[in-house]
Amino acid sequence: MNSIIDKLWDAHVVKPETDETPAIIFIDLHLIHEVTSPQAFSLLRDKNLKVRRPDLTLATMDHSIPTLPFKTMQELEQIADEAPVKQLKQIIQNCKDFGIDLKTFDSPDRGIVHIIGPELGITQPGKTIVCGDSHTSTHGAFGALAFGIGTTEVGHVLATQCMLQRKPKTFAINLDGVLPKGASAKDIILKVIGEIGVDGGTGYAIEYRGSAIRSLSMEERMTVCNMTIEAGARAGVIAPDDTTFEYLADKPLSPKGKDWDEAINYWKSLPSDENATFDRELSIDVSNLSPMVTYGTNPGMVVSIDSPIPSAKNDSASKALKYMHLESDASLQGEKVDVVFIGSCTNGRLSDLEESAKLLKGKKVNPSVRMLVVPGSQSIKDKAEAIGLDKIFIEAGAEWREPGCSMCIAMNGDFVPEGGLAVSTSNRNFEGRQGSKARTVLASPITATASAIMGHVADPRQFI
Amino acid sequence: MEKISHINSKTVSLPLSDIDTDQIIPAKFLTTTTKDGLGKYLFSSWRYDDAGNLIEDFIINQIDPTTHQILVTGNNFGCGSSREHAPWALVDFGFKAVISTEIADIFFNNALKNGFIPIVVNHELHKYLLENSGVELAIDIEAQTLSIKDYDKVHFEIEPFAKFCLLNGVDQLGFLQNEIDLIHDFESKHGK
Ligand code: SF4
Repeated sequence: MNSIIDKLWDAHVVKPETDETPAIIFIDLHLIHEVTSPQAFSLLRDKNLKVRRPDLTLATMDHSIPTLPFKTMQELEQIADEAPVKQLKQIIQNCKDFGIDLKTFDSPDRGIVHIIGPELGITQPGKTIVCGDSHTSTHGAFGALAFGIGTTEVGHVLATQCMLQRKPKTFAINLDGVLPKGASAKDIILKVIGEIGVDGGTGYAIEYRGSAIRSLSMEERMTVCNMTIEAGARAGVIAPDDTTFEYLADKPLSPKGKDWDEAINYWKSLPSDENATFDRELSIDVSNLSPMVTYGTNPGMVVSIDSPIPSAKNDSASKALKYMHLESDASLQGEKVDVVFIGSCTNGRLSDLEESAKLLKGKKVNPSVRMLVVPGSQSIKDKAEAIGLDKIFIEAGAEWREPGCSMCIAMNGDFVPEGGLAVSTSNRNFEGRQGSKARTVLASPITATASAIMGHVADPRQFI
Repeated sequence: MEKISHINSKTVSLPLSDIDTDQIIPAKFLTTTTKDGLGKYLFSSWRYDDAGNLIEDFIINQIDPTTHQILVTGNNFGCGSSREHAPWALVDFGFKAVISTEIADIFFNNALKNGFIPIVVNHELHKYLLENSGVELAIDIEAQTLSIKDYDKVHFEIEPFAKFCLLNGVDQLGFLQNEIDLIHDFESKHGK
């Protein structure tokens, strides 16, 4: 009896694995961005190779792109440093030379790689999807087998549309119960990472299942799958259902007409068989879930906002607390906040912005806080502006930016000032991730927004 | 890729767990379009102070990279992003292998593709190595053994295909290209 992970795997085996060799698996969609692809294209040039399937390859520019407005390459050169500009020019050249569709900075479809795939409807159930980016796990929300790869493997996929892989072990995480007010998809995944640890998923692909997952929207499911890699698992999958099909129905690149009917039939065969077995299982009840916040320097160092910071169990944990200027047994609530970042492939979607704006409407960002709101894609930005979210943010004193990864990775000029504390809706609180000596508290959009209003780490439930 | 069968070197211990790829090489150095010269940015925020000077008492700044080529770290080395810049930086600095009780999946794969050997050992040996930074260690990839001064010879696991590629200097892309007919058949059969 097969799990969805087994079914996805089996459908893509070009050559089965043996003791001596890994399987060759076929890749249905290869996503590319400017940071992890240049060396792969150099390899193709060195070996005089072509891209085997440009039609299955889609490129974007997101990591190093500025989020200040610019319309032309000349304007970009004025606002960005030389190295990122060179990198952006390089991907334009590479995609031109190798015939790959690139959603460049003036495209209405551009945005963060893990946001535009689903928006375009090219992320679909049943596909294998890879990208030189660990948060490729996001696409698993649609019932796809999606995982991050290194640049050498990017080269392999460009040249052959295939990869050498050993089949991952399977891990079922059952999430049941009704999510209480104030808790969100972000809190679910932070809770999961806290339970299993940042290495708990190493070697596994995870299937998230259970009633709490079923009741999530596609955007929320993407938030959950997105952070799978923070628990060490490369892929996180959610079986497709009516929510998935409804989301995809009107997307530009989803199948149409007869193809749609056939696709739905296939997609309905994907969910795990009733008595499918997994290498590991875990159940979590979310009925009493509180908003979660991280207190350390990896996403596994996480507590509910109403609990004290746990004591450090080893040198690494003590080092993390020292880096964060925090002490065990203290509460995070009340800790002064310098920056609030709403955005990233974890929480930069329209519903995230709506949640934040709903809480912020009629209130002001605390004068001591810089709040940066960065939509995950151009289309999200356009939709948000059409319903007036930009005005709510601007009137409250937040900055409303152009799409990109921005302060999630601090490569594009947006960063947390040295030593500053950020409440961030992104996915990594590693040392220096958001800027030199920046201290990151990962949280949901509403926890981040409540903290922006209060000027300190704050429980969003006081506002709802 | 160059053939690799043995590594004989001293170790250096960095006894921190969950060392992520942002620590191995911070994102601000990822705007490069080549693989070269990343060694100077390795562990950059731990090796340099705010003014860009080397922090003398950080252990990586005290070793000679030509004699200390085996890194021993706390559990779960290389977690975080998929950036292959992490093994590129380690290799460019002079490291040839890392030993830990657990090594993150994507990093593990990336490392092997660059001839950098990730080795997982049990807690007992791990503790010994962490406490004895600088010990002489011999890695024999063919025999899959670690020989350590004053310690029993230890077996380690390595995925057979990765081992074959290391020992024979096989480029995995070439391996995939040899199966292009199979790939073509798969595409036609499945309407891809
Ligand atoms: S938003 Fe952050 S995590 Fe997501 S792709 Fe961009 S840099 Fe990576």
